[in-house]
Amino acid sequence: MAPRLKLFAPLLIFALLALLLFRGLSLDPREMPSALIDKPLPEFELLSLGEQRMLTREDVTGQISLFNVWATWCVSCRVEHPYLQQLADAGVPIVGVNYKDEDSAALQWLQDLGNPYTVNIADRDGTLGLDLGVYGAPETYVVDAGGVIRYRHVGVVDERVWRSILEPIVLELTAAEMN
Amino acid sequence: MARLCMAVMVIWTALAAFSTHAVIETYEFSSPALQERYQSLSAELRCPKCQNQNIADSNAPIAQDLRRLLYEQLEKGSSDQEILDYMVARYGEFVRYRPSFDSATAALWLAPVVLLLGGFALLILTVRRRGEPVPLDSLSASDKDQLRSLVDAAEKEA
Repeated sequence: MAPRLKLFAPLLIFALLALLLFRGLSLDPREMPSALIDKPLPEFELLSLGEQRMLTREDVTGQISLFNVWATWCVSCRVEHPYLQQLADAGVPIVGVNYKDEDSAALQWLQDLGNPYTVNIADRDGTLGLDLGVYGAPETYVVDAGGVIRYRHVGVVDERVWRSILEPIVLELTAAEMN
Repeated sequence: MARLCMAVMVIWTALAAFSTHAVIETYEFSSPALQERYQSLSAELRCPKCQNQNIADSNAPIAQDLRRLLYEQLEKGSSDQEILDYMVARYGEFVRYRPSFDSATAALWLAPVVLLLGGFALLILTVRRRGEPVPLDSLSASDKDQLRSLVDAAEKEA
Protein backbone atom coordinates (compact mmCIF):
# COMPACT_ATOMS: atom_id res chain seq x y z
CA MET A 1 0.00 0.00 0.00
CA ALA A 2 1.27 3.44 -0.84
CA PRO A 3 2.26 5.42 2.29
CA ARG A 4 -0.30 8.10 1.40
CA LEU A 5 -3.14 5.59 1.35
CA LYS A 6 -1.97 4.13 4.67
CA LEU A 7 -2.92 7.40 6.32
CA PHE A 8 -6.54 6.71 5.51
CA ALA A 9 -6.57 3.36 7.33
CA PRO A 10 -7.84 4.77 10.66
CA LEU A 11 -10.61 6.63 8.87
CA LEU A 12 -11.59 3.45 7.05
CA ILE A 13 -11.63 1.44 10.27
CA PHE A 14 -13.70 4.14 11.93
CA ALA A 15 -16.18 4.15 9.08
CA LEU A 16 -16.57 0.36 9.22
CA LEU A 17 -17.05 0.39 12.99
CA ALA A 18 -19.54 3.23 12.77
CA LEU A 19 -21.53 1.31 10.17
CA LEU A 20 -21.53 -1.82 12.32
CA LEU A 21 -22.54 0.00 15.51
CA PHE A 22 -25.18 2.04 13.72
CA ARG A 23 -26.75 -1.20 12.53
CA GLY A 24 -26.65 -2.45 16.11
CA LEU A 25 -28.72 0.51 17.28
CA SER A 26 -31.75 -0.66 15.36
CA LEU A 27 -31.49 -4.35 16.36
CA ASP A 28 -33.56 -5.68 19.22
CA PRO A 29 -31.76 -8.59 20.90
CA ARG A 30 -35.01 -9.69 22.52
CA GLU A 31 -36.54 -10.41 19.17
CA MET A 32 -35.65 -14.01 18.63
CA PRO A 33 -37.12 -16.19 15.95
CA SER A 34 -39.28 -18.85 17.53
CA ALA A 35 -37.97 -22.39 17.20
CA LEU A 36 -41.51 -23.38 16.26
CA ILE A 37 -41.99 -21.34 13.11
CA ASP A 38 -43.61 -23.52 10.43
CA LYS A 39 -44.13 -26.28 12.97
CA PRO A 40 -47.54 -27.43 14.18
CA LEU A 41 -48.94 -26.03 17.39
CA PRO A 42 -47.87 -28.43 20.19
CA GLU A 43 -50.37 -31.01 21.41
CA PHE A 44 -52.01 -30.21 24.73
CA GLU A 45 -54.97 -31.10 26.89
CA LEU A 46 -55.95 -28.27 29.20
CA LEU A 47 -59.11 -26.87 30.73
CA SER A 48 -60.95 -24.02 29.11
CA LEU A 49 -60.84 -20.99 31.41
CA GLY A 50 -63.95 -20.84 33.58
CA GLU A 51 -65.40 -24.04 32.14
CA GLN A 52 -65.15 -27.72 33.01
CA ARG A 53 -64.26 -28.52 29.43
CA MET A 54 -61.01 -29.98 28.15
CA LEU A 55 -59.45 -28.29 25.16
CA THR A 56 -57.06 -29.92 22.74
CA ARG A 57 -55.14 -28.73 19.74
CA GLU A 58 -58.01 -29.72 17.42
CA ASP A 59 -60.54 -27.61 19.36
CA VAL A 60 -58.68 -24.35 18.87
CA THR A 61 -57.37 -24.70 15.31
CA GLY A 62 -59.17 -24.77 11.97
CA GLN A 63 -59.03 -21.14 11.01
CA ILE A 64 -56.32 -18.52 10.77
CA SER A 65 -56.10 -17.02 14.23
CA LEU A 66 -53.92 -15.20 16.71
CA PHE A 67 -52.79 -16.99 19.86
CA ASN A 68 -52.21 -14.46 22.60
CA VAL A 69 -50.26 -15.48 25.69
CA TRP A 70 -51.45 -13.34 28.59
CA ALA A 71 -51.75 -13.21 32.36
CA THR A 72 -53.17 -10.86 34.96
CA TRP A 73 -49.72 -10.41 36.52
CA CYS A 74 -48.40 -9.12 33.21
CA VAL A 75 -48.46 -5.35 33.03
CA SER A 76 -47.93 -5.11 29.26
CA CYS A 77 -50.93 -7.42 28.77
CA ARG A 78 -53.13 -4.72 30.27
CA VAL A 79 -51.58 -2.24 27.85
CA GLU A 80 -52.35 -4.33 24.78
CA HIS A 81 -55.79 -5.49 25.93
CA PRO A 82 -57.82 -2.60 24.44
CA TYR A 83 -56.18 -3.12 21.06
CA LEU A 84 -56.87 -6.87 21.15
CA GLN A 85 -60.48 -5.99 21.87
CA GLN A 86 -60.51 -3.75 18.79
CA LEU A 87 -59.09 -6.55 16.67
CA ALA A 88 -61.65 -9.01 18.02
CA ASP A 89 -64.46 -6.54 17.32
CA ALA A 90 -63.15 -6.25 13.76
CA GLY A 91 -63.51 -10.02 13.41
CA VAL A 92 -60.01 -11.35 14.06
CA PRO A 93 -60.24 -14.64 15.96
CA ILE A 94 -57.96 -14.55 19.01
CA VAL A 95 -57.35 -17.60 21.15
CA GLY A 96 -56.13 -16.76 24.65
CA VAL A 97 -53.46 -18.73 26.44
CA ASN A 98 -53.89 -17.71 30.04
CA TYR A 99 -50.34 -18.38 31.19
CA LYS A 100 -49.49 -19.32 34.79
CA ASP A 101 -52.39 -17.38 36.20
CA GLU A 102 -55.25 -17.92 38.60
CA ASP A 103 -58.75 -18.70 37.33
CA SER A 104 -60.49 -16.20 39.59
CA ALA A 105 -58.13 -13.33 38.75
CA ALA A 106 -58.28 -14.09 35.03
CA LEU A 107 -62.09 -14.30 34.97
CA GLN A 108 -62.33 -11.05 36.91
CA TRP A 109 -60.00 -9.39 34.38
CA LEU A 110 -62.16 -10.52 31.46
CA GLN A 111 -65.28 -9.31 33.22
CA ASP A 112 -63.80 -5.89 34.02
CA LEU A 113 -61.92 -5.20 30.81
CA GLY A 114 -63.87 -7.20 28.25
CA ASN A 115 -63.16 -10.50 26.57
CA PRO A 116 -61.48 -10.37 23.16
CA TYR A 117 -60.87 -14.12 23.10
CA THR A 118 -62.91 -16.74 21.27
CA VAL A 119 -61.74 -19.21 23.89
CA ASN A 120 -59.15 -19.23 26.66
CA ILE A 121 -56.78 -22.09 27.38
CA ALA A 122 -56.04 -22.23 31.10
CA ASP A 123 -52.32 -23.01 31.15
CA ARG A 124 -51.96 -23.12 34.94
CA ASP A 125 -48.51 -24.72 35.15
CA GLY A 126 -47.16 -23.17 31.98
CA THR A 127 -46.82 -26.53 30.23
CA LEU A 128 -48.23 -25.30 26.93
CA GLY A 129 -46.18 -22.14 27.32
CA LEU A 130 -43.09 -24.28 27.72
CA ASP A 131 -43.86 -26.32 24.61
CA LEU A 132 -44.43 -23.07 22.72
CA GLY A 133 -41.11 -21.68 23.90
CA VAL A 134 -42.79 -18.78 25.70
CA TYR A 135 -40.37 -16.82 27.86
CA GLY A 136 -42.58 -14.01 29.01
CA ALA A 137 -45.98 -12.52 28.42
CA PRO A 138 -47.35 -11.08 26.25
CA GLU A 139 -46.50 -13.10 23.18
CA THR A 140 -48.68 -13.40 20.13
CA TYR A 141 -48.55 -16.20 17.55
CA VAL A 142 -50.08 -16.31 14.11
CA VAL A 143 -51.43 -19.83 13.55
CA ASP A 144 -52.82 -20.88 10.17
CA ALA A 145 -55.93 -22.96 9.48
CA GLY A 146 -53.89 -26.17 9.54
CA GLY A 147 -52.68 -25.40 13.05
CA VAL A 148 -49.16 -24.48 11.94
CA ILE A 149 -47.36 -21.63 13.69
CA ARG A 150 -46.36 -18.95 11.18
CA TYR A 151 -45.10 -16.10 13.30
CA ARG A 152 -44.30 -15.16 16.85
CA HIS A 153 -44.35 -11.61 18.17
CA VAL A 154 -42.83 -10.92 21.58
CA GLY A 155 -44.25 -7.91 23.39
CA VAL A 156 -47.29 -5.70 23.08
CA VAL A 157 -49.47 -5.87 19.98
CA ASP A 158 -50.56 -2.38 19.02
CA GLU A 159 -51.75 -0.65 15.89
CA ARG A 160 -48.22 -0.38 14.49
CA VAL A 161 -47.34 -4.05 15.09
CA TRP A 162 -50.64 -5.22 13.66
CA ARG A 163 -50.50 -3.03 10.54
CA SER A 164 -46.84 -3.56 9.73
CA ILE A 165 -46.23 -7.16 10.80
CA LEU A 166 -49.19 -9.31 11.79
CA GLU A 167 -51.88 -8.19 9.35
CA PRO A 168 -49.70 -8.73 6.24
CA ILE A 169 -48.96 -12.28 7.43
CA VAL A 170 -52.65 -12.97 8.08
CA LEU A 171 -53.61 -11.54 4.67
CA GLU A 172 -50.95 -13.62 2.95
CA LEU A 173 -52.17 -16.78 4.66
CA THR A 174 -55.76 -15.95 3.73
CA ALA A 175 -54.76 -15.43 0.11
CA ALA A 176 -52.83 -18.71 0.09
CA GLU A 177 -55.87 -20.51 1.43
CA MET A 178 -58.13 -19.11 -1.29
CA ASN A 179 -55.96 -20.67 -3.97
CA MET B 1 -13.12 -8.81 72.73
CA ALA B 2 -11.50 -11.21 70.28
CA ARG B 3 -14.14 -13.78 71.10
CA LEU B 4 -16.93 -11.27 70.50
CA CYS B 5 -15.39 -10.33 67.15
CA MET B 6 -15.22 -13.97 66.21
CA ALA B 7 -18.86 -14.52 67.12
CA VAL B 8 -19.96 -11.53 65.07
CA MET B 9 -17.96 -12.72 62.11
CA VAL B 10 -19.39 -16.22 62.27
CA ILE B 11 -22.95 -14.90 62.39
CA TRP B 12 -22.30 -12.42 59.61
CA THR B 13 -20.80 -15.08 57.37
CA ALA B 14 -23.72 -17.39 58.02
CA LEU B 15 -26.19 -14.61 57.18
CA ALA B 16 -24.31 -13.70 54.02
CA ALA B 17 -24.31 -17.31 52.91
CA PHE B 18 -28.02 -17.54 53.67
CA SER B 19 -28.93 -14.44 51.71
CA THR B 20 -27.07 -15.50 48.56
CA HIS B 21 -28.88 -18.82 48.49
CA ALA B 22 -32.28 -17.59 49.59
CA VAL B 23 -33.42 -16.80 46.04
CA ILE B 24 -32.39 -20.08 44.44
CA GLU B 25 -34.43 -23.15 45.18
CA THR B 26 -32.59 -26.37 46.02
CA TYR B 27 -33.32 -29.80 44.68
CA GLU B 28 -32.65 -33.13 46.34
CA PHE B 29 -30.96 -35.41 43.86
CA SER B 30 -31.01 -39.18 44.10
CA SER B 31 -27.31 -39.31 43.26
CA PRO B 32 -24.34 -36.93 43.36
CA ALA B 33 -23.68 -37.64 39.67
CA LEU B 34 -27.10 -36.21 38.78
CA GLN B 35 -26.38 -33.15 40.87
CA GLU B 36 -23.12 -32.64 39.01
CA ARG B 37 -24.87 -32.88 35.64
CA TYR B 38 -27.51 -30.47 36.91
CA GLN B 39 -24.80 -27.95 37.78
CA SER B 40 -23.06 -28.22 34.43
CA LEU B 41 -26.25 -28.20 32.34
CA SER B 42 -27.77 -25.27 34.20
CA ALA B 43 -24.53 -23.37 33.63
CA GLU B 44 -24.63 -24.14 29.92
CA LEU B 45 -28.30 -23.33 29.29
CA ARG B 46 -29.02 -19.72 28.62
CA CYS B 47 -31.98 -17.90 30.12
CA PRO B 48 -34.23 -16.83 27.19
CA LYS B 49 -35.50 -13.79 29.08
CA CYS B 50 -32.33 -12.35 30.55
CA GLN B 51 -29.97 -13.03 27.75
CA ASN B 52 -26.63 -12.62 29.42
CA GLN B 53 -27.24 -15.06 32.22
CA ASN B 54 -27.41 -18.80 32.34
CA ILE B 55 -30.39 -20.41 34.03
CA ALA B 56 -28.30 -21.21 37.10
CA ASP B 57 -27.67 -17.52 37.79
CA SER B 58 -30.94 -16.02 36.69
CA ASN B 59 -33.89 -15.45 38.94
CA ALA B 60 -36.37 -14.82 36.14
CA PRO B 61 -39.53 -16.96 36.37
CA ILE B 62 -38.67 -18.69 33.12
CA ALA B 63 -35.24 -19.65 34.47
CA GLN B 64 -36.90 -21.14 37.55
CA ASP B 65 -39.21 -23.14 35.30
CA LEU B 66 -36.32 -24.38 33.22
CA ARG B 67 -34.36 -25.39 36.32
CA ARG B 68 -37.33 -27.39 37.58
CA LEU B 69 -37.71 -28.99 34.17
CA LEU B 70 -34.01 -29.81 34.11
CA TYR B 71 -34.28 -31.42 37.54
CA GLU B 72 -37.31 -33.47 36.54
CA GLN B 73 -35.71 -34.68 33.33
CA LEU B 74 -32.49 -35.63 35.06
CA GLU B 75 -34.38 -37.64 37.67
CA LYS B 76 -36.40 -39.24 34.87
CA GLY B 77 -33.14 -40.57 33.43
CA SER B 78 -32.80 -38.42 30.29
CA SER B 79 -29.35 -38.09 28.79
CA ASP B 80 -27.64 -34.70 28.47
CA GLN B 81 -28.22 -34.76 24.72
CA GLU B 82 -31.93 -35.52 25.13
CA ILE B 83 -32.33 -32.63 27.53
CA LEU B 84 -30.46 -30.21 25.25
CA ASP B 85 -32.51 -31.37 22.25
CA TYR B 86 -35.70 -30.84 24.24
CA MET B 87 -34.70 -27.29 25.15
CA VAL B 88 -33.50 -26.44 21.65
CA ALA B 89 -36.76 -27.73 20.12
CA ARG B 90 -38.63 -25.14 22.20
CA TYR B 91 -36.28 -22.20 22.53
CA GLY B 92 -33.96 -22.62 19.55
CA GLU B 93 -30.16 -22.89 19.44
CA PHE B 94 -30.18 -19.60 21.30
CA VAL B 95 -30.78 -21.43 24.57
CA ARG B 96 -27.34 -23.07 24.47
CA TYR B 97 -24.12 -21.26 25.23
CA ARG B 98 -22.42 -23.82 22.99
CA PRO B 99 -24.75 -24.03 19.98
CA SER B 100 -24.33 -26.85 17.50
CA PHE B 101 -22.46 -26.07 14.31
CA ASP B 102 -24.69 -25.11 11.37
CA SER B 103 -24.92 -22.39 8.74
CA ALA B 104 -26.33 -19.88 11.23
CA THR B 105 -23.64 -20.44 13.86
CA ALA B 106 -20.69 -21.05 11.51
CA ALA B 107 -19.42 -17.48 11.85
CA LEU B 108 -19.62 -17.76 15.63
CA TRP B 109 -17.57 -20.96 15.73
CA LEU B 110 -15.07 -20.11 12.99
CA ALA B 111 -14.36 -16.45 13.80
CA PRO B 112 -11.90 -17.17 16.65
CA VAL B 113 -9.88 -19.59 14.49
CA VAL B 114 -9.85 -17.21 11.54
CA LEU B 115 -8.85 -14.25 13.72
CA LEU B 116 -6.13 -16.28 15.42
CA LEU B 117 -4.68 -17.45 12.10
CA GLY B 118 -4.90 -13.88 10.75
CA GLY B 119 -3.04 -12.62 13.81
CA PHE B 120 -0.31 -15.22 13.36
CA ALA B 121 0.06 -14.35 9.69
CA LEU B 122 0.39 -10.67 10.55
CA LEU B 123 2.91 -11.46 13.28
CA ILE B 124 5.06 -13.59 10.98
CA LEU B 125 5.00 -10.96 8.24
CA THR B 126 5.99 -8.18 10.67
CA VAL B 127 8.79 -10.16 12.26
CA ARG B 128 10.17 -11.16 8.87
CA ARG B 129 10.15 -7.63 7.57
CA ARG B 130 11.84 -6.38 10.71
CA GLY B 131 14.57 -9.00 10.35
CA GLU B 132 15.48 -7.92 6.83
CA PRO B 133 18.87 -6.10 6.69
CA VAL B 134 18.75 -2.47 5.67
CA PRO B 135 20.34 -2.21 2.22
CA LEU B 136 23.70 -0.42 2.39
CA ASP B 137 23.01 1.92 -0.48
CA SER B 138 19.89 3.31 1.21
CA LEU B 139 21.98 6.22 2.52
CA SER B 140 22.71 9.07 0.17
CA ALA B 141 26.25 10.45 -0.17
CA SER B 142 25.45 13.50 2.01
CA ASP B 143 23.89 11.24 4.67
CA LYS B 144 27.06 9.16 4.70
CA ASP B 145 29.18 12.27 5.14
CA GLN B 146 26.98 13.48 8.00
CA LEU B 147 27.13 10.06 9.66
CA ARG B 148 30.89 9.98 9.31
CA SER B 149 31.30 13.43 10.91
CA LEU B 150 28.97 12.50 13.81
CA VAL B 151 30.93 9.31 14.50
CA ASP B 152 34.20 11.25 14.33
CA ALA B 153 32.92 13.89 16.76
CA ALA B 154 31.76 11.25 19.21
CA GLU B 155 35.09 9.44 19.05
CA LYS B 156 36.97 12.69 19.67
CA GLU B 157 34.89 13.37 22.77
CA ALA B 158 35.55 9.88 24.09
